[in-house]
Amino acid sequence: MTRKRRRLVFVVGGLVALGIATALVLNAFEESLVFFYTPTDIVEREPTPEQRFRLGGLVEEASVERASDGLTTRFRITDLSHVVAVSYTGLLPDLFREGQGVVAEGQLTANGVFIASEVLAKHDETYMPPEVAEALKKSGQWQGTGQ
Amino acid sequence: MIGEIGHYALILALMLALVQGTLPLVGAVRGIGPWIAVARPAAVGQFVFIALAFTMLMAGYIVSDFSIENVALNSHTAKPLLYKISGVWGNHEGSLVLWVLILAIFGAAVALFGANLPPTLRARVLAVQGLVGVGFLLFTIGTSNPFARLDPAPAQGQGLNPLLQDPGLAFHPPFLYLGYVGFSMAFAFAIAALIEGRVDPAWARWVRPWTLAAWCSLTIGVALGSWWAYYELGWGGWWFWDPVENASFMPWLAGTALLHSATVVEKRDALKSWTILLAILTFSLSLLGTFLVRSGVLTSVHAFATDPERGVFILAFLIVVIGGSLVLYAWRAPSLKGGGLFAPISREGGLILNNLLLTTACATVLLGTLYPLFLDVLSGGEAKVSVGPPYFNGTFVPIMLPLVLAAAIGPLLPWKRADLLGTLGRLQFVFGAVLICGLVAWYIAEDGPVLAFFGLALAAWLFVGSLFEVSERTKLGRVALGESWRRARGQPRATYGMTVAHIGLACTIFGVVASTSWESEKLQVMRPGETMTIAGYTLRFEGMRDLRGPNYDAVRGTFEVTRDGAPIATLFPEVRTFTDPPMQTTEAAIRPTLTADLYAAVGDPDGTGGWATRIYHKPFVHWIWFGAVIMTFGGLISLTDRRLRIGVPTRRRRARPALKPAAA
Repeated sequence: MTRKRRRLVFVVGGLVALGIATALVLNAFEESLVFFYTPTDIVEREPTPEQRFRLGGLVEEASVERASDGLTTRFRITDLSHVVAVSYTGLLPDLFREGQGVVAEGQLTANGVFIASEVLAKHDETYMPPEVAEALKKSGQWQGTGQ
Repeated sequence: MIGEIGHYALILALMLALVQGTLPLVGAVRGIGPWIAVARPAAVGQFVFIALAFTMLMAGYIVSDFSIENVALNSHTAKPLLYKISGVWGNHEGSLVLWVLILAIFGAAVALFGANLPPTLRARVLAVQGLVGVGFLLFTIGTSNPFARLDPAPAQGQGLNPLLQDPGLAFHPPFLYLGYVGFSMAFAFAIAALIEGRVDPAWARWVRPWTLAAWCSLTIGVALGSWWAYYELGWGGWWFWDPVENASFMPWLAGTALLHSATVVEKRDALKSWTILLAILTFSLSLLGTFLVRSGVLTSVHAFATDPERGVFILAFLIVVIGGSLVLYAWRAPSLKGGGLFAPISREGGLILNNLLLTTACATVLLGTLYPLFLDVLSGGEAKVSVGPPYFNGTFVPIMLPLVLAAAIGPLLPWKRADLLGTLGRLQFVFGAVLICGLVAWYIAEDGPVLAFFGLALAAWLFVGSLFEVSERTKLGRVALGESWRRARGQPRATYGMTVAHIGLACTIFGVVASTSWESEKLQVMRPGETMTIAGYTLRFEGMRDLRGPNYDAVRGTFEVTRDGAPIATLFPEVRTFTDPPMQTTEAAIRPTLTADLYAAVGDPDGTGGWATRIYHKPFVHWIWFGAVIMTFGGLISLTDRRLRIGVPTRRRRARPALKPAAA
């Protein structure tokens, strides 16, 4: 086996691996790309009920209420221009609080309530998800510092 | 004084790093002996000053000197001593000092223990280390000074994020950084080899122990992080394919590939330029990891508040280091001569397959991690997306399958040329064992996804295959037992290290498959006295009571666990409320056993006397981390191999007559 042929094997192997990887990537991207929307985006783009996306903004003050089953929490997410009602069943992350930035993943139902299957937790109470910060800046309501 | 001494020591270290990064490089080219010789004392001096700075910072934390801003922001007098110490690296500035400290430790280790390295190679390695040090020290002093003063000093600090006040996370960053920075050794050796234009088996033997040590630390670091997420965050998961997790996983994948390809360079004098490229990529991914975690460009569930200005510096640094080294590679690598020839079906071929699959897997993870960033930049900030676990499960897992299949076969193949069918024929015993394992699993589990049984069979394949390989090597059963024993003792430790590491991987795969396929989760509101059942266990909720910790208040729930009426355990999940900083954390209660974990977490009260509770049953979940420990152990066994300890050879004579430096 000459050096050239060996290199050829190496290159072909690499291309095959890359080809398979590309196919896998394209296949996986279809269902796993999750868009980030703000409440304003929802009003403008009207996502369909089957579309899964992330919704980010601030938890509106005095909007959090617990349903009678003890597990479902209803609250509203706002970017200070628009508001979306959210319902989540499960234990909320420790840093979930009114007035704080939050990102929830789920689907919008036909009646306009966002059913979250996940509320993303953060590790740090001063942390503001960058998308939320930007969304607030866009809606002209940003009052934070830095970022 | 503490702060000033520390700050001054950092600046002196920067000056020494500048000297270390420039003079020896020039000296090695021009053959100026004293300039080459300056590398060693400079590296040792750099280490001494950084160690001094680190000690000063730690002293500031221990005595709670709140006139130092960093201490005031991240510490508190009521904090237990362990977390005062771990608080040093629990923040951006301090973690950078830890980074450069580890870099300096590695540099000093080369300077002190690298006596058998050719002086020019050593000088170049130290110079590259010095240049990396310059970058990080500049960054630390310029943008993230840990010794900045506060005037007036506050009477009390703001405290450390309670989530970080945990033994698992106290040691997670040091191990992670030991791994990240450890790969800088492989990087420095690669750059030095490119400059010298020479890579030979001796080079690989110098690189391998450093890479192994870094790989072991990184394995422990990643496993600790995953374990911490499992028990501390209270959501029961252990891996989320989150950018910050991926950031530590990508260097691990590349580093694993590097370990394997370095073996080929060492044993067969082949794959040289590829190994060099891998060393560069591995360290680049380590830098990228630091960048991703510290710059806040990506949304991460593990993200901490960050400062984007710093991100720009790290980005520039990344471009210089990665871009520069790749340009150097493109320019110099073609001059590296390939060595031993081999057929595609051979041990070398197996290791190439390993490398192809690992780097491809790493590339898909990289793509998924950075894609949101690309799209954000390309669309001018209009399209914000995230790439979720389905992507990674859909790409990473299928690429890993052939890798694991091959991991059991590869070690059986001889170097140069092998007979694949014959080898597979020898594996019939393993096929049989795997089949039996599959049937036993099916019998025990009764039900479950077909893919899960396939996954279990894969783990069994690797496990039995690795043991089979040992028995083949010692000719167990084919020669007298005493002879087998003699052969077993005569095997180099590195091969045992490989076997143990592969077995560890099998354990991890087993844990991942079993825990994800057969876990059960129940979410409910429970009142005191109520019971629930999960996977044959009955949990009786006894109620909640108040509790005071050293620096927090807590409510603690009590669950009596029984199985068929017999008491098994009592679980005490807590919700802790810290005051400095004001923050709530969920402390899950876990009853770990070898076969399954019971995991209980409590949430908020429902206002009418009930509490939201979440109970998981996770079969074999701890095997994930046992596996990582076993892998690390394998790496450590390999590190004790004779040839790495004392067998580092002098370079072959026919190498071009080296420059004769005046001093070594």
